[in-house]
Amino acid sequence: MHTPSTTTSPESGRQLLLHHFDDLEQQHLSSNLGMWFFLVSEVMFFSGLIAAYTVYRAWSPEAFHLASRHMDKWLGFFNTWVLLTSSLTMALAVRCSQVGDRRGIVRNLFLTLVFGTAFLGVKATEYRTEINHNLFPGKHFIVPGSPEDPHAHAAEGSHEGGEGHEGAAAHASDYERLREASTVDGKLDEEKFSRNKGHFQLMFVLYFFMTGVHAFHMIAGLALVALFIVLTQIKWFSGYGQTQIEVLGLYWHFVDVVWVFLYPLLYLIE
Amino acid sequence: MSASAPARHDGPPADYLSESTVKSWLLTVDHKRIGILYLISVTTFFFVGGVIAGLMRLELMTPRGDVLGSADTYNRMFTMHGVIMIFFFLVPAIPAVLGNFLLPIMIGARDLAFPKINLMSWYVYMIGGLMGVYILLHGGIDTGWTFYTPFSSMYSNTQVVTAALAVFITGFSSILTGLNFVVTVHTMRAPGMTWFRMPLFVWSHYATALIMVLGTPVLAISVVLVGLERFFGVGVFDPKLGGDPILFQHLFWFYSHPAVYIMVLPGFAVVSEIIPCFARRPIFGYRFVAFASVAIAIFGFLVWGHHMFVSGQSMYAGAVFSILSFLVAIPSAIKVFNWTATLYKGSIKFDTPMLYALGFMGLFTIGGLTGLMLASLAIDVHVHDTYFIVAHFHYIMVGGTVMAYLGGIHFWWPKMTGRMYSDLWGKLSALLVFVGFNLTFFPQFLLGYLGMPRRYFEYRPEFQVLNVMSTAGATVLAVGMVVPVIYLLLSLRGPKNAGPNPWNATGLEWQIESPPTTHNFHEPVLVTCEPYLYSPEEAEREYAHAQHDHVA
Repeated sequence: MHTPSTTTSPESGRQLLLHHFDDLEQQHLSSNLGMWFFLVSEVMFFSGLIAAYTVYRAWSPEAFHLASRHMDKWLGFFNTWVLLTSSLTMALAVRCSQVGDRRGIVRNLFLTLVFGTAFLGVKATEYRTEINHNLFPGKHFIVPGSPEDPHAHAAEGSHEGGEGHEGAAAHASDYERLREASTVDGKLDEEKFSRNKGHFQLMFVLYFFMTGVHAFHMIAGLALVALFIVLTQIKWFSGYGQTQIEVLGLYWHFVDVVWVFLYPLLYLIE
Repeated sequence: MSASAPARHDGPPADYLSESTVKSWLLTVDHKRIGILYLISVTTFFFVGGVIAGLMRLELMTPRGDVLGSADTYNRMFTMHGVIMIFFFLVPAIPAVLGNFLLPIMIGARDLAFPKINLMSWYVYMIGGLMGVYILLHGGIDTGWTFYTPFSSMYSNTQVVTAALAVFITGFSSILTGLNFVVTVHTMRAPGMTWFRMPLFVWSHYATALIMVLGTPVLAISVVLVGLERFFGVGVFDPKLGGDPILFQHLFWFYSHPAVYIMVLPGFAVVSEIIPCFARRPIFGYRFVAFASVAIAIFGFLVWGHHMFVSGQSMYAGAVFSILSFLVAIPSAIKVFNWTATLYKGSIKFDTPMLYALGFMGLFTIGGLTGLMLASLAIDVHVHDTYFIVAHFHYIMVGGTVMAYLGGIHFWWPKMTGRMYSDLWGKLSALLVFVGFNLTFFPQFLLGYLGMPRRYFEYRPEFQVLNVMSTAGATVLAVGMVVPVIYLLLSLRGPKNAGPNPWNATGLEWQIESPPTTHNFHEPVLVTCEPYLYSPEEAEREYAHAQHDHVA
């Protein structure tokens, strides 16, 4: 991003032309194209993960299905709504920069900042719940309902109550359902069981990693939005920062779009 | 191609090298200076990697392990050799040095589109590089440059995480350079510089830049996953927990096979400039050569599975990858045939850069044809993980990229520094490199075919003769690499005697001063004709005239 360090008559609305460009149009086009190609690169970054997700999901649909039931799809829905709204305010900020409304830029960027932070806040509470349920992958990960699960006794109790098979299946813990899915002809296939448990955890690995990388992009984006609010306020940009804010907008929309893919993949697919 | 003649000013205009404070170098945003910064850093890494290679060759002189002491040390040596040479030399070498320096000038621009990002890419590269040095000094790593799981993620006790981080960071420098090149080619071309008037150097770099932007992030994600696996033991690559080690190979080679083209396409770029100039003929089949670069970039993304023929990949996938790998040979062959056709009826001069370019053509052809052998399923099973593979990729990487890099440095050295080097020493070292290279790596084809596996520090006594030949060749090669450093640096002591166009070449870079001024051009550039307007007849007439004068 080319942010000249001096302001030349900011009120004129004309941007500074850097020495190696011929005209403002070329400068604007280059900055935009640069961000687009950076986003292409980002798409490839996420696509490796999405490919891994697809392969593993195809291998163990049952384990992934069980794991994805732990995601709170209403919180996810709320977050999707928050993020899409933040994209709207970002688009309005870009528009304001084009028509030269500096107060509008600051207002809309500020709203974007608020929505983005709200998204991260909701995400953090989701993470907390999951970590409290021992769903964070690694040493402390416990498949719900397994013998080492401290929350498991309730499920066991209902099992001993002698309900019918149908009822037990409805209330069965993930552990039991994975066990069931690994049973061939009434005999437990230990190897398959272990793999299914692994895949159950793998869903959380991918979930934490993909949403974590997304959250990292959000944090970077929010830092830039905050910076841009200050820079617009002190009239640091030449013109109204049309190019810079548009490029930031592209990035922000991209982060939004990534979530639009992650939400159905991780929360919604049954 | 025509550019406005250098404008006449009072007094000599300041060239890009005139400021010489350390600060002016470290904070420069001039693409030419950043190219020089890269030149110094990648060459340093090249010699670090070269010294390690020398130690390995010394070890392999005898069948018993005696020089390095333990197999473990040897493992660390070949890993560090691979990591340094690939990530810190081959990938950035030609694009970041010659590409940075020349690409804007060749399309008539004053700089790359994002000069600050360009400087940032160098700093990012240096951070990665310094981490590489840190790893080297703290025990190195022993996984091989491919970081294969589950060894890298579960068993290796070496600096895998640091190395993964170093590769991750260096990858960003590659992405930033690629981004800069793509945007520059799209938006910064001078008036009249249409896509089909661009030198092939620019086309090849454009294709390279696309691979950098598309491939590198996938490498980044795969090394991050290795890091995660080591920290948390989450099982992405651990079969016990339902993961799949082969997934790593898929992700890794999805980048690392196209990365081969990141390394060799810029070599094509250089050779496509040198051959027409010293054959005095327009390049044969300009559009074919240009599109071949793009085709290689595209096909390059579809062939990664040929690294996994024996990794348990399905037979059908193997067959498909085999066929696709054969397809890459088509655009590569188009290039080699077009260069050959350019030579035909040319008025060929054997200056130093031309010797390197001709060497490139021969060696790349051998590397490419053995690549076809390896792309066939049956042969690959036989020679997989033997020295045949090692010889094959060194023919591409050293015989291709390093030869082209040296050829390019010799071709544009007068432009970069304003000085000519000793032609005699240049030719001599080109010859040494060629002979030394073949003596080093041709025996390895035979060794591999006879069954000597790669990555072992001991071997059966019957392989010794060929191994000694290889080590002897490595010594010659090393001399051939050191000599140019000496005479090129010595040339800097002399006066700026090169003149703007010592090779009588076409191309915008030859129509400005050597070394160029900070803004490259004095007046707006207008391009009115195709590249490579050479005439062999004219060259012959000039030659006859010169001979006549000489006799008279």
